[in-house]
Amino acid sequence: MIHAAPVIILLPLAGFFVLTFGGRRLGDPSAGWLGTLAVTGSFVASIVTFLGLRSMAPHARSVVQTYYSWVPVGGLKVNISALLDPLSLTMVLFVTGVSSLIHLYSISYMKGDPQFRKFFVYLNLFVFSMIVLVMAGNFLFTFVGWEGVGTCSYLLVGFWFDRETAATAAKKAFVVNRIGDFGFLLAMFLIFAHTGSLDYHGVFAHLGSVTRGTATAIALLLLLGAVGKSAQLPLYVWLPDAMEGPTPVSALIHAATMVTAGVYLMVRVNPILALSPDSLTVIAILGVVTAFYAATVACAQNDIKRVLAYSTMSQLGYMFLGVGSAAYGAAIFHMISHAFFKALLFLAAGSVIHAMNDEQNMKKMGGLRKYLPITSTTFFIAWLAISGIPPFNGFWSKDDILGAAYHKSPILYAVGAATVLLTAYYMTRQVVLVFTGQARWVENRPGVEGARAASAGHGGAAGHGGDHGGPPHEGPWIMTLPLIVLAGASVLGGLIDLPFGKLKFLDTWLSPVASGAGDLATESASLRIALLLVTLALAGAGILIGSRLWGARIDRPALEPEVLQRSYYADDISSAVLTGGGGMFSRALSVVVDNGIIDGAVNGVGHLARSGGTVVRRAQTGYVRNYALGIAAGTVLILAFMLVRAS
Amino acid sequence: MIHTLLLATQVLHAPHVDYVAILPELILIGGALLLMLGSSLSSSRPAPGTWSGFTVVVAAASIGASWYLWDQVSRHGPQETVHNAVAVDGFSTLFLILIGVALLLGSLVADGYLRREGLDGPEFYVLAMLSGAGGMFMSVANDLIVVFLGLETLSIALYVLAGYHTRRKESSEAAIKYFVLGAFSSAIFLYGIALVYGATGSTNLVSIATYLSQNVIVTNGILLAGIAMLIVGLGFKVAAAPFHNWSPDVYQGSPTPVTGYMAAVAKAAGFAGLLRVLFSAFGSMRTDWQPVIVVLAALTLVVGAVGAMVQTDVKRLLAYSSINHAGFVLVGLAAATTAGISGSLYYLFTYTFVVIGSFGVVSVVGRHGDGRHQLEDYRGLARRNPFLAAVFALLLLAQSGVPFTTGFLAKFYVISSAVQARSYPLAILSILTAVVGAYYYLRLIFIMYSSPAGEAEAVAVELMITDVAVSTGAGTTLVEEVDEVVVLAETEAGPPELEVPTSTALVLTLTGLFTVAFGLVPGTIVNFAHQATLLVH
Repeated sequence: MIHAAPVIILLPLAGFFVLTFGGRRLGDPSAGWLGTLAVTGSFVASIVTFLGLRSMAPHARSVVQTYYSWVPVGGLKVNISALLDPLSLTMVLFVTGVSSLIHLYSISYMKGDPQFRKFFVYLNLFVFSMIVLVMAGNFLFTFVGWEGVGTCSYLLVGFWFDRETAATAAKKAFVVNRIGDFGFLLAMFLIFAHTGSLDYHGVFAHLGSVTRGTATAIALLLLLGAVGKSAQLPLYVWLPDAMEGPTPVSALIHAATMVTAGVYLMVRVNPILALSPDSLTVIAILGVVTAFYAATVACAQNDIKRVLAYSTMSQLGYMFLGVGSAAYGAAIFHMISHAFFKALLFLAAGSVIHAMNDEQNMKKMGGLRKYLPITSTTFFIAWLAISGIPPFNGFWSKDDILGAAYHKSPILYAVGAATVLLTAYYMTRQVVLVFTGQARWVENRPGVEGARAASAGHGGAAGHGGDHGGPPHEGPWIMTLPLIVLAGASVLGGLIDLPFGKLKFLDTWLSPVASGAGDLATESASLRIALLLVTLALAGAGILIGSRLWGARIDRPALEPEVLQRSYYADDISSAVLTGGGGMFSRALSVVVDNGIIDGAVNGVGHLARSGGTVVRRAQTGYVRNYALGIAAGTVLILAFMLVRAS
Repeated sequence: MIHTLLLATQVLHAPHVDYVAILPELILIGGALLLMLGSSLSSSRPAPGTWSGFTVVVAAASIGASWYLWDQVSRHGPQETVHNAVAVDGFSTLFLILIGVALLLGSLVADGYLRREGLDGPEFYVLAMLSGAGGMFMSVANDLIVVFLGLETLSIALYVLAGYHTRRKESSEAAIKYFVLGAFSSAIFLYGIALVYGATGSTNLVSIATYLSQNVIVTNGILLAGIAMLIVGLGFKVAAAPFHNWSPDVYQGSPTPVTGYMAAVAKAAGFAGLLRVLFSAFGSMRTDWQPVIVVLAALTLVVGAVGAMVQTDVKRLLAYSSINHAGFVLVGLAAATTAGISGSLYYLFTYTFVVIGSFGVVSVVGRHGDGRHQLEDYRGLARRNPFLAAVFALLLLAQSGVPFTTGFLAKFYVISSAVQARSYPLAILSILTAVVGAYYYLRLIFIMYSSPAGEAEAVAVELMITDVAVSTGAGTTLVEEVDEVVVLAETEAGPPELEVPTSTALVLTLTGLFTVAFGLVPGTIVNFAHQATLLVH
């Protein structure tokens, strides 16, 4: 049954090609349905493959399917191969599952957009790349998928390109991710130099000869890549801005799947991390600091999606904390839980935004519970899940990570627990502002009767066919069904890994490929229960404080200091560096590099083409002499060096 | 009287010349002479394409002869001949084949171009064949004097070729610049030869090596200065920073097929000379020259990548990108290991195809007058001519080092040789410039695949790319570019139709196929480069 694996990869690719070349003929809604069908088919194939792998003996559950063997000489041997093991299949299952739901939702959300078809082209390409990333049998193809998801992310963030902010956001993501890629590439060369292989199996089999220092270097370089992709400190600045993309994109790429690629990579290379306890500590500290940092910023945001963006960053921080505590099973568990409740939060937020005619400021919402019963109910479930209230999935997965963190260091636990309080607080603030209290949008809504006027007013850019000027209302079933399914998953998701002996299904399933000391940590039962009660109390306190403060009054500037609203001015700093500094830097470079010193131009581009009639004069009076001077200077430097060495 | 003459002949007896060993060069020279004579003797103008066809046949014959030599070397091992002035080994035959291929492809591209520009004539092909012969002599040289002879034969023909498009002022400017600076660097090179001769008493590479191994030179200042000057002279030819500054201007000004040919042959011959001189003659002084090569490599990588990032002229962009490529080849050289050298050879061999194909596309898009080389002229190319755009995209992806193209393995081999040689800073820098490189190659591909200016989609990519550019390093340049787009969209209905001559289409197909096929099944070429390294005299 595991022979269904190629189908998982090929279906979204086929969808991409059909939509690219035949999408025009298909027309709008059918193109969306075709895209959805391709991904759903891929999900079904994943289930089949999963069942196939399950029927095998646990120690045999790591199958490499080689599709094409690429054997250049000189030691490098790279196969196009899929690695089917519990880790990759777990990833593929939730990636294709959540993707199917979000594709379905998008059919309605993107309805009427002039680029409807293109949206699904990109979305299918994204799913394909993500599957390549998680199923690749070697570092090189993981990297190919890594670049693929990145490219799709830029394309989709900049989807509504006529918003200037969207284009800027895409740019930021591009630049920041280049830094991460650099780390990834460098790590690959180190790995190859020290193990002679890039295949996961080959690399892990040759780790015996790798010293601790080398392992630390590899781990930290890979971490650099992971930090860029998973928006951890300090390479996170692109994630909040990426919310400029359409909301289903935020749900799929910037919450459920792509941003978790960094965590996946870390878990995948856990045999390398095991050689380097130092790198684990770095990962844990980085994770917990990011979790706390992002949570504080989330407390002061007013944009419904930006709250969720910082929250995503914070939750990813928990996952890195899990990895750093060597609790790989727990990290994956939280990744899955998070995929469910965060995708749900985003989709529900999209539903709210849809109903509010593209208003994203929570201060201008309120009282929506009456109008959006399904959205609000499902949002409440996700809220309780992310806050860590039992029996929802977030409670169990977060508890797993915090338990392991305590085992590593009580300080890590303390910061993580404080973040629980903040998480419950900012999520409660969001729920209160959006769904309860006064309906503050009424005055902005031009009459319940004047239906058409409102939709004409809202930007043609988004253009998702909103003709709702009347009271806010739910979307069609294809928008609410994904909400309901994800809510169900958030309620029951904890069952996949309950912390009671034989009920740790996920840990047991993953143990052949990813079992760390943290997963096996056996604290005494009483200590576990005590920790659990502490976090539960903190979550409860967060909810209580949030509802007390924000239920009464929505205007509390003291609680939204500017420093938090602007995320400790990190955006300003990065913008200054990227645009101001970058501009200056580039001007300086073009002056130095492209002959600018010589001709004194601001940029030395194309003076040949520009100069026209003055060519001869210029050729004879300046340039050549100065070029010759450059050559002479270089010669003198080399001569000087050589003569210094002379005996 | 007679007695004196007899005495003279006894003293001045000519060395035994093994003509077969220099057959590839002789074929080119013979072909050039034949073409020159034939075309001046015949009164009627032959059918178009005759000269180019003749050159292709000559180049093919030369490749055949080179292949025969390769076969001989594989069977009987390397040998020296012509009074030890010429080395016939795997290394030199690889370059003979490479230059023959470049000549063949280059003259095919030139055919359509010259006819379009109304410049068709036998002189172009005569010069091309002579320069090819010069490059070949550099590759087989086992004596510094032969290196110099080859260098001059190659260069002088190239100076004239650079100025071949007499109606374009840029072309003349390029020729003048190239000539003056080339002469300057040749002088330095010659001075280097003199110093080395002074220090070791020989210009023969093997004799120098033997001398150095048998004698301990107490004061080696003169020798080291000589080596430094040889490096400068050859560094100029391969456009290594800081001796690169001529190349963007010359690449931009030269007729585009010449640029492609020059980028391939001059670089290959220069590297052949550099490798041969450094490893054959001065292998024992590795510790002295290695730091210089490391610094040159680092500078060349950075200058190439950063320079390419800020260009809006595609020919200049490719000029800087080939500077960057030269940096990668130097990285393999700097490793100074077998893996490094065979990586460099592989890089050069695959680069030849990529660069000739790329400039082939540029020569077509430049249209009549060879003037349309701005990035904007490439906007929407995919829609106007999907074939051109697809080939160019492929070649650009190869240049950026995407897996399953020849470019990936090329970069992979040189970088991993640097890692193996524990030259980590250089490896890090190479990767960094490769990451930067992805930016300017992708930008060009994005532009080709975006819609013509004015349509919505184009603006999307435009905005995104421009912003990236502004932030990463293009500064004001690209903002200007956007303004130009708007103007273009308003004033111009659309550029004239693109005509792809059959011969150029053939070259593009060949280079594209080579890049993909040997990216997928790289064994042959990798083995070739590896064998060439082993079969060194």
